[in-house]
Amino acid sequence: MNKNYFEIKRAGINTTFQDQGRDNLYHIGIPFSGAMDNRNFQISNKLVGNEVNFPIIEFAYQGPLLKYFGEKINFAITGDVKFIIRKKNNTFEGKCYQSFALENGDELDIISTNKSVYGYLAVSGEFDVNYQWSSCSINTKANIGANNGKKIEDGQKINILNINKNLSDKKLNYINTKIENIRVIQGTNFDYFSDKGKKIFFEKEFVISKLSDRMGMRLEGPKIENIFDTNIKSEGLLKGVIQVPADGNPIIMLSDHGTIGGYPKIGVVISADYDKLVQLTPGSKIKFKKVELADAETLFKLYDLETQNLISQI
Amino acid sequence: MIKNISNLGDAALYCDFGSEVNKEINSKVIRYFKSIQKENIDGINNLTPSYNKLIISFDLRKKNFQTIKRLIENLNITNDDALESNKIKIPVCCDENFSLDIKRLEEKLQITRDKIYEKFFGKEFFCYMTGFIAGMPFLGDLENELQAKRLETPRVKVPKGSVGLTEQFANVYTFESPGGWNIIGNTPQVIFDSTNENNPNLINPGDVVTFEQITKEQYYNNNE
Repeated sequence: MNKNYFEIKRAGINTTFQDQGRDNLYHIGIPFSGAMDNRNFQISNKLVGNEVNFPIIEFAYQGPLLKYFGEKINFAITGDVKFIIRKKNNTFEGKCYQSFALENGDELDIISTNKSVYGYLAVSGEFDVNYQWSSCSINTKANIGANNGKKIEDGQKINILNINKNLSDKKLNYINTKIENIRVIQGTNFDYFSDKGKKIFFEKEFVISKLSDRMGMRLEGPKIENIFDTNIKSEGLLKGVIQVPADGNPIIMLSDHGTIGGYPKIGVVISADYDKLVQLTPGSKIKFKKVELADAETLFKLYDLETQNLISQI
Repeated sequence: MIKNISNLGDAALYCDFGSEVNKEINSKVIRYFKSIQKENIDGINNLTPSYNKLIISFDLRKKNFQTIKRLIENLNITNDDALESNKIKIPVCCDENFSLDIKRLEEKLQITRDKIYEKFFGKEFFCYMTGFIAGMPFLGDLENELQAKRLETPRVKVPKGSVGLTEQFANVYTFESPGGWNIIGNTPQVIFDSTNENNPNLINPGDVVTFEQITKEQYYNNNE
């Protein structure tokens, strides 16, 4: 019997449990998955006093409406999110990067993300989830992870275990910055494309298509001309790989990507820019900027250091 | 052995074993994959063997391209172990609801559907790799007359169980997924089982697979 739980009154569009993801399974066709925006995932946990890799609820665009039953807990939301807390005698708008308390009967209404895609909800306890290959991350394509690998649904109950008895209010001063320039390293099939195609890739704007999800981000814009072969012998893919199929429109692989692909790789988004890339909404314009490996390594070190600094400030 | 090692992005090694696709090169890739897997190198968080490439992903917090490259180059990989191999039969129904691209294929290949089926069913195919989606086997080689390119624009949704052809390869979509292969039928057989964490794939690299045509009735009986 569990006395602490959320009742999901509205699930939202794309609401899943996520954690750090699962590794060493590419060879059987299972991607990392895990929280799309790793920085905001870790910060959400720290704001409620958890280990940074605890399971959280990730939502996209519209978030869930949750009614809480049980003893007092804290929660925190990260990203750029509008949400409302409804208590018995008081309704007010909450703020991201700050812990708030929930008591028996309170409602948390996560209305939407503002000009961003993903938001994160952490609570000062453990979501009661099952793990597959040491991760709860829901991969809806392969039905792997918590909740039988399916999105969280209306009417569902989510139990919370091991609630932290020593609640303390936490806060972080942080504003998500947006990027328009996505830095990339040249891909292994860069020379499959014409000089004009290469120039277009690094100089022209691309628009993020509506056909984007946790698997991949499709882009629209000027076509990138292939002069060698529009297919390659299928081979491994990674988060951030940019493939260009025969129609000339690039597709960026994201956390739930297929592990193998047969379209030429024009580039790879650097690790330092991944968290920011995934937050760009359909319709956003982006440009690709070329960087070398050594610079990408330094940029990641800086980004990771900045994340660690933010976490240590909490 | 490895012809060339380059970087794929900032957190992976791209090991190139050649450009041809054949069992000999692929078996080398699989041996490297298995040997590196056994080494359990700290920082390596994924290995993706394919026809003639091996991609080694690592955690950029722990390692970088140069350190992993040196480790891999210094490994002593033997070529002696024979690859394990199972023989597996996969039933496929080619009812018109399932064979989504058969007309397109008839046009692309300039042969009739009966000829396509005749050249496909009952032949032995080697499993080169698994992936794209969980458990999907990449099987070869198809005869020259069955070889066609992918769809120009990949489908947003290919139904689960679809059997597809591209170039000299066949595969089975283990889940509904985006994809660009030419679909000729559908199997009711479970190819991937996530509840079996130690051995989720029915077909593994090195296995030999034969497809057998079944009727609509057999298909639905198999599903029950």
